[in-house]
Amino acid sequence: MKKTIVTTLIAMAATLLLVAGPAQSTGHLSGQLEIFSWWAGDEGPALQALIDLYKEANPNVEVVNATVTGGSGVNAKAVLKTRMLGGEPPDSFQVHAGQELIGTWVKADRMEDLTFLFKEEGWMDAFPEGLVKLIGTDTGIWSVPVNIHRSNVLWYVPANLDKWGIKPPMSWDDFFAVAPKIKEAGVVPLALAQNWTANHLWESVALASLGPDNWDALWTGALAFDSPEGVKAWELFGKVLEFTNEDASSLSWQQATDMVVDGRAAFNVMGDWAAGYMSTTKKLAPGEGFGWAPSPGTGGEFMFLADSFGLPKGAPNRDNVLAWLALLGSKEGSDAFNPLKGSISARTDSDLSKYNDYAKSASADFGKDRIVGSLAHGVTANEGFMNDFASVMEMFLKSGNAEAAGKAAQQIAVKNGIGK
Amino acid sequence: MINRDRIKAFLTLLPSMILIAVFVYGFIGNTFWLSLTDWGGVAALAENPVRNYAGLSNYKELFTGFLGGGFRQDLVNAVYYSVMLLLGAIGTGLIIAILLDNKPRGEAVFRTIFLYPMSLSFIVTGTIWRWMLAPQGGVNILPTYAGLDPLKFRWLSSTGAIFEFNWQNLLQIAFYILAAVLIIGGLMSIKQNPTRALRRFLLPGIAVGLAAWLFGDLLPKALFMEETHGFNLATLGIIMATIWQYSGYTMALYLAGFTGISQDLRDASMLDGATTAQYYRYIALPMLKPITISAVIILSHISLKMFDLIFAMTGPDNAETGHPALNMYLTTFRANDFAKGAAIAIILFLIAATFIIPYLISSYRQRRTR
Repeated sequence: MKKTIVTTLIAMAATLLLVAGPAQSTGHLSGQLEIFSWWAGDEGPALQALIDLYKEANPNVEVVNATVTGGSGVNAKAVLKTRMLGGEPPDSFQVHAGQELIGTWVKADRMEDLTFLFKEEGWMDAFPEGLVKLIGTDTGIWSVPVNIHRSNVLWYVPANLDKWGIKPPMSWDDFFAVAPKIKEAGVVPLALAQNWTANHLWESVALASLGPDNWDALWTGALAFDSPEGVKAWELFGKVLEFTNEDASSLSWQQATDMVVDGRAAFNVMGDWAAGYMSTTKKLAPGEGFGWAPSPGTGGEFMFLADSFGLPKGAPNRDNVLAWLALLGSKEGSDAFNPLKGSISARTDSDLSKYNDYAKSASADFGKDRIVGSLAHGVTANEGFMNDFASVMEMFLKSGNAEAAGKAAQQIAVKNGIGK
Repeated sequence: MINRDRIKAFLTLLPSMILIAVFVYGFIGNTFWLSLTDWGGVAALAENPVRNYAGLSNYKELFTGFLGGGFRQDLVNAVYYSVMLLLGAIGTGLIIAILLDNKPRGEAVFRTIFLYPMSLSFIVTGTIWRWMLAPQGGVNILPTYAGLDPLKFRWLSSTGAIFEFNWQNLLQIAFYILAAVLIIGGLMSIKQNPTRALRRFLLPGIAVGLAAWLFGDLLPKALFMEETHGFNLATLGIIMATIWQYSGYTMALYLAGFTGISQDLRDASMLDGATTAQYYRYIALPMLKPITISAVIILSHISLKMFDLIFAMTGPDNAETGHPALNMYLTTFRANDFAKGAAIAIILFLIAATFIIPYLISSYRQRRTR
């Protein structure tokens, strides 16, 4: 009798092991996994949530969290390049999905094609088709998107707008109608920060001025930057700049957001990581403490950017990376990460109940809006263009000459293989 | 026996000679070679990137190209920045050193206080000063403690500029500078040797200056369009922070020099009726000429290499406060334009060499005559 019980127990245990086997098949991984990113500070907890999930599934893997701080990855990207040139790639690194990855690393033949992983994990259906196209080329898919951010968002504090008796503007003309009034009251109509946020504002203004079709045409080279349309975008941008704060270049994006929160400024155009900053760091309730709208003139358009992770050729711990990438693309992983980061999931089947009100509305827009790529965050143009564009921007901020800026932008587009 | 000693000396020095040859001169050579190639653009980061010889096109693009405007502004910034830093840090350091040399009470404490900023890293200095120079805080609200209105100056984001000039007239300006240097040189040596000063310096100086003024329009233009560069007022904040950090260092240099001058000399000059000011002007300072020269050299190459302080205070892509070193980093590691980055590095290296090589030659000569 006793024997049968023991045998049954052993059999049961064996069955359990067999059943549980596939689910825990990653548990046998060991060694290291070095994750290279620029998610420190406010975005650190979101990355940590992912790492915790990974450690739970793979307790034997030592995760090395190599972060290099700096907004938009200004510093991290340089460190990454010296490491890659030195033949010492990290296991997996964060990179903006799109041309920033493709123009720099895929064209240099440094990345492994991840198509097999996408098929294995069923991601071809889980991610929107348009997105998969943007993160891949005709020869492969190069990274796993972790999140989707929206670039063209206008932020404000509803209570303050009521106090000043204004509404969020639908178009830049609406904005120009109310801006002088706000300015007279001693409030900055539109808060701006250092150079890259000017690029960020430019893309929202240019999208409003050009419309999505012409915006896309800019990046295929079909429309020149110094065409009448292109110059008009710069002119509109120049007009918008008149209503920004003069000390912009000495502020960080958080300080520009603070200006809106404190009531020193009425609006701010920033990506929707600002939602994460205001709800997590500033403890404001979405919808009540802070409000949002598509940036003026871009209703119905969703300018996206995505952070993604790829697999560099020669990664020391390839299997560990594959498990990491599988986690990033999974529903569980992306729903653990995105609510904390203040972004939305790239998957179409994410569990919206875990997200705050802002993300719910962004998710809805992502489903129905026209999707366009962001320039300032590496979707539409390669790094060479982005770097040169920063100096064109500085030139424009100083001179305010729309025609010259259009010409210069066209020159750098030709130089970097975008324009013709 | 001498031969054997020489061989021993040679063998002892050999390892460091090889290391320096490879890691200093080899890499300078390599950078120079890279600056003559077209390494950049797509696939720049491939494992075996394609590099074609491109001659001096990178340099040409930087100095006369349409897109080199940012670099040219950075270069002008660096020149103004170096000059201001030299004047500020050496002047302040010298004044503090003279004050401390007269042994006020608590001299040791003051010496430590003034030297202390040196021990901070530039990133720390930069962050502190960025806060202090914030538009609505720090230095700008100091006057309110005295009941005055707060200052409105935007230390790090002002867009104003002074001493502006047109880059097109670069050659003409170069001739003016040459003329000024010649005339000043002549005036300085006119007491000792009037004919030589007149013939060698003053007359050629005036001639060059006149010619540049009269025929300046005939000189070839350095650029096809008008492009003004000047001393950006936003650099003032950065200059202040650097002076704050380095005046303690020059103070220490001078103080060591002053202490080295025999007290007898001072007493003797006092007996002869020299005032304290005269003592420093005519006796102490001329004796400390080597110290002044080394301070100039050290500070000038620090200002040419300045990177971290500017990065911490105003960040990348801030044309108002840009610096070639920052530009080099961004061009190389952000835009993947390695060849152009190398060209900027070589230009910086050559500018630094113009400060250091004359010094090396003169000190070598001095040693030989001794």
